[in-house]
Amino acid sequence: MTADNKQKKKQVAKAYEKYTKQFTPKPKYFTNSLKAFLIGGLICAVSLWIENRFIAAGSDEKDAAVYVVIILVMTAQLLTGIGWFDTIGKYAGAGVIVPITGFANSMVAPAIEYKKEGIVLGVGAKLFSLAGPVLVSGITLSMIIGIVYWVIGK
Amino acid sequence: MEYIYAFITGGVICVIGQLLMDATKLTAPRVLVILVVSGALLQAFQLYEPLVEFASTGARVPLPGFGYNLAKGAMEGASKGILDAVTGGVKAAAGGISVAIGWGYIIALIFNPKSVR
Repeated sequence: MTADNKQKKKQVAKAYEKYTKQFTPKPKYFTNSLKAFLIGGLICAVSLWIENRFIAAGSDEKDAAVYVVIILVMTAQLLTGIGWFDTIGKYAGAGVIVPITGFANSMVAPAIEYKKEGIVLGVGAKLFSLAGPVLVSGITLSMIIGIVYWVIGK
Repeated sequence: MEYIYAFITGGVICVIGQLLMDATKLTAPRVLVILVVSGALLQAFQLYEPLVEFASTGARVPLPGFGYNLAKGAMEGASKGILDAVTGGVKAAAGGISVAIGWGYIIALIFNPKSVR
């Protein structure tokens, strides 16, 4: 009797799964990827153009690369502040999330959202709620790589 | 021509990120961590440098480029001594990190939450 019941339950669960699948939207792999490609590519190409302008103006290549990152970060965070980044992000997906603009957005977005909790534990702490993991993993890894290279180089 | 290389390489890296988000159930922060870590690891084996030479900003602007920058700084520091090996990574990425924190904090203080249009 109980075994019979269990099987029935399983059947119902399976039927339900099939039923819900009809309504869950499938991710549009191709269109999403195309949008990400075009917008991500555009951001990188524009960055190169800005970088070349800096080099033409007389700054050395290393500094020019830093200026480009700073401009991208500031623009992305300003757009997040005025609320445009989410609108662009909805359309472009990874095209704006994967470049450094996404990292910049991931800092400001939660910070603004938790403003009510104050400027220390709200804005100050939430600035790192998403960017924290990226910085922690990246910096930890860079430290390990540095030490390994130092040991090998000795 | 260099603009086309930057466009294509940057675009392809973004497509990889998009597919990671669509095909797997990974959330955006996890994808960001994966991209940064993979950039740093590739550079640790000196595999990312050729891509940067080929595509310039196409490889440096996407997040693996951030990992690359951290790793490269640490590797360059390692040739100077143990202290530079530890600090080199953050030093190399300091411009972006400082501005992202300082400017981000100011922006977050000025603007208020808005609903998505």
